[in-house]
Amino acid sequence: MKTTMNGFGITVVAIAMVMLAVPGMASAQNLTGAGATFQYPLQSKWSSEYGKAHPEVRVNYQSIGSGGGIRQITARTVQFGATDGPMSNEQLAEAKDPILHVPVTLGAVAVAVNLPEVTKTLDLTGVVLADIFLGKITRWNDPAISATNKGVVLPDRAIAVAHRSDGSGTTYIFVDYLAKVSPEWKNKVGVATSVNWPVGLGAKGNEGVAGTVKQTPGAIGYVELTYALQSGIPTARVQNPAGEFVAPSVDAVTKAAAGAAANLPEDLRVSITNAPGAGAYPISGFSWVLMYLQQQDCSIASALVKYLWWGVHEGQAFSTPLHYAPLPASVVSRCEAKLKSVTCNGSPVL
Amino acid sequence: MQARPNTSGADTAFHATLVLAGLGVVTVLAGVAWELLSLSGEALSKGGIGFITGMTWDPVAEEFGALPALYGTLVTSALALLIAVPLGIGSAVFMSEIASSRVATVVGVLVDLLAAIPSVIYGLWGLFVLAPLLREHVQPGVQKLFGELPLFAGPPLGVGYGTAGLLLAIMVIPVITAVSREVLRAVPDTQREAAYALGATPFEVIRGTVFPYARSGLVGAVVLGLGRALGETMAVTMVIGNRYDISASLFAPGYTLAAVIANEFTEAFSPHYLSALAGLGVVLLGTTLILNAAARLLVRGVRHGGAG
Amino acid sequence: MIVNNVGLLPPISPRLRSRRIADRVFRWAVMASVLLVLLPLVAIMGTVIVRGAPALDWNFLTSLPKPVGETGGGVGHAILGTLFLALGGLLIAVPVGVPAGVFLASDRMPRLGGTVRLCADVLSGVPSIVVGMFAYTLLVLPFKQFSAMAGAFALAVIMLPTIARTTEEVVRLVPSTMTEAALALGAPRWRVMMQVVLPSAGKGVAAGVIAAFSRGAGETAPLMFTAFGSQFLTTSPMQPIAALPLVLFNYAVSPYDDWHAQAWAAALVLATLVLAGNVIAKVATTRRSR
Repeated sequence: MKTTMNGFGITVVAIAMVMLAVPGMASAQNLTGAGATFQYPLQSKWSSEYGKAHPEVRVNYQSIGSGGGIRQITARTVQFGATDGPMSNEQLAEAKDPILHVPVTLGAVAVAVNLPEVTKTLDLTGVVLADIFLGKITRWNDPAISATNKGVVLPDRAIAVAHRSDGSGTTYIFVDYLAKVSPEWKNKVGVATSVNWPVGLGAKGNEGVAGTVKQTPGAIGYVELTYALQSGIPTARVQNPAGEFVAPSVDAVTKAAAGAAANLPEDLRVSITNAPGAGAYPISGFSWVLMYLQQQDCSIASALVKYLWWGVHEGQAFSTPLHYAPLPASVVSRCEAKLKSVTCNGSPVL
Repeated sequence: MQARPNTSGADTAFHATLVLAGLGVVTVLAGVAWELLSLSGEALSKGGIGFITGMTWDPVAEEFGALPALYGTLVTSALALLIAVPLGIGSAVFMSEIASSRVATVVGVLVDLLAAIPSVIYGLWGLFVLAPLLREHVQPGVQKLFGELPLFAGPPLGVGYGTAGLLLAIMVIPVITAVSREVLRAVPDTQREAAYALGATPFEVIRGTVFPYARSGLVGAVVLGLGRALGETMAVTMVIGNRYDISASLFAPGYTLAAVIANEFTEAFSPHYLSALAGLGVVLLGTTLILNAAARLLVRGVRHGGAG
Repeated sequence: MIVNNVGLLPPISPRLRSRRIADRVFRWAVMASVLLVLLPLVAIMGTVIVRGAPALDWNFLTSLPKPVGETGGGVGHAILGTLFLALGGLLIAVPVGVPAGVFLASDRMPRLGGTVRLCADVLSGVPSIVVGMFAYTLLVLPFKQFSAMAGAFALAVIMLPTIARTTEEVVRLVPSTMTEAALALGAPRWRVMMQVVLPSAGKGVAAGVIAAFSRGAGETAPLMFTAFGSQFLTTSPMQPIAALPLVLFNYAVSPYDDWHAQAWAAALVLATLVLAGNVIAKVATTRRSR
């Protein structure tokens, strides 16, 4: 009996020693960020690349959804939040201290479709998309869908709508678009990072929706383009105000952003869904990092501002390979101004 | 003699430490309850009974009702018990009444292993093995067999109330089996021997003598299983479909109290939203507490009765 | 029964026959239920092994995860994180749980004892997600930081009732003759407890602690808003930390095949860790009760 107790004790001590022996990184500056799953692939790439050049800074980004990013920055449990749906005025008021929206990337929300029978790319209008998500169109061979897909044999299969179960900026961009093209959507459901869905299956995160669509034949869902491409799910082309059916791509997002970049509002909160212009993809949006203008811990503030500075400059090189659109130069200079305005205990950080 | 006063002082201090630790347990439970109640105060006082009976969960309009999640929790748990009770008690009977002690030990160890598998692994298996299996093979077959019965209506998605209930059944069976086995073992052998002496078959002994004697304990075992089913989070979140609605069909996606909290707790963007989520926690905790307390009392009653 | 088959007894009556048939049906039903109960165990563990083993290698066990979309990487950080969190949980739960169990077994204050016992039982039935909310408001919000400490605390709350109740049960099993003999020799109660009762119940207490450890190590829900997750190897109690069940969940719901494969491998590691703890605890208690 005694030997067992000793054995147990030794095991505990051994594990404790292994843990202490792990190369201590006590001197590293840890930054915790959380929020949009939309940014997650980019942030995880940034964290890894920035860490190579600056091993003293470790950026831990958890993709918990834009709603979570807003909530956790408001509760100050993270050093930066991230969202694809800008904070509302009420939300900003609730945070008490001023919060900056720093755009870090642009992306497309792709409409992912799992129809094993169909190999051709589907063309969908905004209204049809809204009606599917309203539950008014329930089968794939509905005349409204075939109207824009001449020559495609659509199966008599039930549509399984997949949406986010968590608060999400991807949702924000998507429903912001639906509300612009469908008055019924605007009145019945509205626009927010999480809404009361009329139909469908909920899944957590872009990962979850992409996973659900991939797992469920007949499913349609909306995911950030990277997730659709990396998981190999076909996406639909969506009609823009110019009447063209546009596939989601970096190029088409850049075209949508081009118009908006010229007249950005002061606080950089802007919607670019249903943007005019030839070739513009209609379900596009900015993704922002959220941080406090007045920082309290100067070593954190310095590390954070430098990381974001790196992100809006060098970090943009990683956008295109991950299917994000790099920030237009005019937006980058606005970001610079924002980052330079950050103060710590009264004095500028940069 | 000299050491006497010291000793009793040490004794008192020792006893005080033990009491303090005991009070620590009480404090933790009180803390959990207090924290939840104070967080949810706004939603509960604002919504009143409407919070429990409300059908809508609309963070945009800040309209919160718990009924669909409560319904999902109750339906999946009931379904789980429907499957788990006969199988769990049956297995317990096998171990305590029929199998040799060696076989019973082996089965007992295996059942305990089943109980120890972390729920996220159940979820993983449910998502990648059980749900596709049900979607591709079981659900279309059931629909072909029963046609338009509302219980099996809707497209076969593989996730939903039915899948969650089945997965929960697998998870609560070990609880029911283990507790039932203990309860059955507590039935004095004299009871069985008396019945056998009268020429009863094993079935008659169990039905006529063992079960009546163990009834309240078996009820306790079932309620304990129910407790686990009600509070189970991860596995259910992965296979319930996360749809905030009430549907009669077992194939339809739904939601449960615990799954809503797991999905939305880090993201509630307004105080009222957060308060509503805590309110779901109160509803869940309340249901679980009542059932658990009842179960423990029942089981203890049987144990003491059995010893006497 | 065998005698009947041989035919030495008079032919059995129809009534007896139907009773025998009922008994046979009952036996089959019971045995079928055991098979149905054990089938999922085989199915689940079989799948975990078959799908998890291919992705499992030394690199997977020791390295850090790669950025999303890049293949490779491992869960070394999460394995250490889980050990760190579960040991941290024990560090909080054992000093409260073991004396609380001894208190319950002492029966010196029956009414308070009854309350404590009921609270422990109720606490063990509190859904783990609710425990997570509790730890978040208690330890994350005030410190403005998701942390390993908050995660360990949440696990401690889950472990506490298991430890207290197992300790109570095994301390009660110590023969009263032993305590009485020691008391008769003039030893004070606390020394009897520390030097006679606890050593002889030690194995049982250790088994309870190991069982609590493996339960804590497998928990996901309470860690989602406490330990939070991290892609780094951290040992600071004040920083977010990775945990195997969290990684498993995140990988499982992701759309990447590579991450799915890693989720199964993580499941294999987690199951091994948890089941090993359970078996050790079981073996220890079984030996003791003999």
